[in-house]
Amino acid sequence: MGAIRLEKVKKTFGTLDVIPGVDLDINDGEFVVFVGPSGCGKSTLLRLIAGLEDVTDGKILINGTDVANEAPAKRGLSMVFQSYALYPHMTVYNNIAFGLKMAGESKDVIDEKVQSAAKILNLTDYLERRPGALSGGQRQRVAIGRAIVRNPAAFLFDEPLSNLDAALRVNMRLEITGLHQELKTTMIYVTHDQVEAMTMADKIVVLQAGRVEQVGKPMDLYSNPANKFVAGFIGSPKMNFLGGDIAAKHDCHEIGVRPEHLAVSTDGGEIAATVKIAEHLGAETYLHVEADGLGPMTVRATGEVDLGENDRIFLTPEQDRIHRFDQHGLTLSGA
Amino acid sequence: MENKQTPLGYVSFSVFAWIVGLLIFFPIFWMVLTSFKSELEAISIPPSFISFDWTLENYVEVQERSNYFKFAMNSVILAVGSTLVGLVFAVTCAWAMAFNPTKRTKDALLWMLSTKMMPPVGVLVPIYLLFRDWGLLDTRFGLIMVLFLMNLPIMVWMLYTYFKEIPTDILEAARMDGATLPKEIIFVLLPMAVPGIASTMLLNIILAWNEAFWTLNLTTSDAAPLTAFIASYSSPEGLFWAKLSAASTLAVAPILVIGWFSQKQLVRGLTFGAVK
Amino acid sequence: MSTRASTLTGRIMSAPSIIVLFLWMAVPLGMTIYFSFLRYNLLSPGMEEWIGTLNYEFFLTDPAFFASLANTLLLVGSVLIITVVGGILLGLMLDQPIFGRGILRLLVIAPFFIMPTVNALVWKNLLMDPVSGMFAWIASLFGLPAIDWFTNAPLTSIIIMVSWQWLPFAVLILLTALQSLDRDQKEAAQMDGAGPVSIFFYITLPHLSRAITVVVLIETIFLLTVFAEIFVTTGGGPGLATTNIAFLVYTQALLQFDVGGASAGGIVAVVLANIVAIFLIRLIGKNLDN
Ligand SMILES: Nc1ncnc2c1ncn2[C@@H]1O[C@H](COP(=O)(O)OP(=O)(O)OP(=O)(O)O)[C@@H](O)[C@H]1O
Ligand SMILES: [Mg+2]
Repeated sequence: MGAIRLEKVKKTFGTLDVIPGVDLDINDGEFVVFVGPSGCGKSTLLRLIAGLEDVTDGKILINGTDVANEAPAKRGLSMVFQSYALYPHMTVYNNIAFGLKMAGESKDVIDEKVQSAAKILNLTDYLERRPGALSGGQRQRVAIGRAIVRNPAAFLFDEPLSNLDAALRVNMRLEITGLHQELKTTMIYVTHDQVEAMTMADKIVVLQAGRVEQVGKPMDLYSNPANKFVAGFIGSPKMNFLGGDIAAKHDCHEIGVRPEHLAVSTDGGEIAATVKIAEHLGAETYLHVEADGLGPMTVRATGEVDLGENDRIFLTPEQDRIHRFDQHGLTLSGA
Repeated sequence: MENKQTPLGYVSFSVFAWIVGLLIFFPIFWMVLTSFKSELEAISIPPSFISFDWTLENYVEVQERSNYFKFAMNSVILAVGSTLVGLVFAVTCAWAMAFNPTKRTKDALLWMLSTKMMPPVGVLVPIYLLFRDWGLLDTRFGLIMVLFLMNLPIMVWMLYTYFKEIPTDILEAARMDGATLPKEIIFVLLPMAVPGIASTMLLNIILAWNEAFWTLNLTTSDAAPLTAFIASYSSPEGLFWAKLSAASTLAVAPILVIGWFSQKQLVRGLTFGAVK
Repeated sequence: MSTRASTLTGRIMSAPSIIVLFLWMAVPLGMTIYFSFLRYNLLSPGMEEWIGTLNYEFFLTDPAFFASLANTLLLVGSVLIITVVGGILLGLMLDQPIFGRGILRLLVIAPFFIMPTVNALVWKNLLMDPVSGMFAWIASLFGLPAIDWFTNAPLTSIIIMVSWQWLPFAVLILLTALQSLDRDQKEAAQMDGAGPVSIFFYITLPHLSRAITVVVLIETIFLLTVFAEIFVTTGGGPGLATTNIAFLVYTQALLQFDVGGASAGGIVAVVLANIVAIFLIRLIGKNLDN
């Protein structure tokens, strides 16, 4: 069981207002991802939940009880750190067992739990090694194992994959998702990688400068971003923002069109443009173009497209995929 | 410069460097050599390098005549005692400063350092008088306290720089794992800091062992360590070079070994982390 | 990690060290300052009286003060020059590929671990004795008269002994700094056509500047209060030839029992040391920030 509720949670470091006030509901068993640009306060928010920092103001409810003034260990949460934070002088076994020992569990219970965690995480052969003798992925798994055995109300992950190389990251992403499906425990996961956010989350929380910009299912955020910031942050390559005449035509301050929602033609269309760089990835082609009177845009075309530098092309946005924003960057309803 | 050195250049430079090194080391070598000579051979001119009657008699005599081991024991007690007391204070203090810094931590560290800069003569008079009045003159306890306080800033600093290198994450992980503060320090921090603690202790032992201002001024006999024992040879009777050499060799040998083992880490301690 | 609880424990755990150090520094220093304004001689107890700055006037106008100040500055200055220059040369030497370099390095740094009283007596007797010392014998090999070091050049003798002791300190630190010098930088300079000399002046020396500053500051603090070497060899003489401020204060306090005068001298020494300490603390403080 692990439902977490934040009420007006505030954090200031000296005079620096890092979290001005966050309200958030996390349901039991949910996989929640915090995303946002670097320095926006994701880690701080996570550490507030963990109890590694004191809240300046507000309540943190875990299963209905306010734990804002409880010590970290009393909150029944486990945390996986970006740096893994394994105890370098202990074997894998002892790393995983440490929390249980601190809780005063009996040797048999400890052994049983460690062995079963090791089995889930494929660590059985490495239990006698020290962290120094493990690969990055294995260390990551030990860190997760250490979190699992305590049977927490929720797992907290702070960018757990950012120290891994690209291929391993994809693997671990799947493993963590699998783990969530198996354990069905609440997970809060911090990342600045929006691909991780889109693929793993039940619910994404987009943060900027300590403020919650939008909360929702991944596809909701993709299709119906609440504002320009979320629209630009979710989705890769980034959404194109166009002002001027074309925005006026849609009766707004600015419109946004995702690169994948632009039809390309060499004959004619709404926007004329010149190709600057074409990136051929095989399955798709990214065109970085200079649109006449509108500036640089990015286009994502499916499959191989035979275009290169200085080719003239025409772009037409899919009409029902146009996002409209007012002068404050808020989304205007209706297309 | 050195990567295009010829073999000949390498050899001749090595020879040159060794000559320089041996010259610097010569006083120590000569002291050790003299300790195995008879008193007459010790002052003979020309000096004899190998062709003399090697003897251990000086070492025996140093012990028999002046009870060398009493002084050596005092040195050990003072050095180890002040180090252990210092360690208890310094570990807790450095832990707090490295992992729970406040706005004033930096000032506190620099202030500690500044106490180290106070020349001992500035407080010689009151310390001497206080020690006299409290009956601490020539006691091991009094001297342990002085040596401990003298070196405490260095210990805190050294441990602080070592603790700083331990990622805070790991201690936080321990905290999430439910470790209480003492357990966090004993099971997680200290095992990780063993190398740093060891070199801090070694440096402190070296400094305490060689300390020669307070040990000369605050002791007469009961608590006198080797520094004072050796100093007693400054007003000698008769021939004494070989015995002086034997006593000196015994006095410096353990520290030389410790110093050689910990030379790399010493730099950090001696420069308060300013040079790594 | 900054929770109220952990900040509090932090305070509590650093308090003991700070308190004992404060007592150790403040109480005696306060007493020294107080004594320095008293007529206070241990030989005439009960006669203490407030005499204002008279002790300072006596101390600062005493010819012995000027002699010892000059000796102190000469000692500190000479040893600094010898050890820094020697330290750079030896550091550069030990940074080259040398047969058995590790062992050689141990030999070079050994003097630093020798206790001051041993250092002084070994030099005074085994090496510098005008009749049976090693130096006298070497001089005779060249047909030169033996030098009576401690009679004719007493301060020089002390300088030599102290330099020998502190040279390894400079070597150790400068060598560490040299080894952290980026090889690429040197190689880039070589590619640019710089010879060994210009590499030394344009790359190596600037890189060492910080380490040199540290060596100078730390050595100064210790050298200002050289005591044991003088105590066991010359006893400050002949005359005042080897009396430095530390030794002068000692003489007044524990030989003449003039507590007031010695205290004034102690405060003068503290002031001198603090001038150096301010620079050192600034430097180290800057280092703490990054
Ligand atoms: N202990 C602290 N004292 C002062 N400021 C802090 C402290 N910890 C974090 N901050 C500031 O709070 C802001 C948020 O930091 P936080 O670490 O939560 O960002 P983040 O979203 O996790 O960024 P990243 O993606 O780079 O990890 C930053 O501006 C940071 O400088
Ligand atoms: Mg972060």
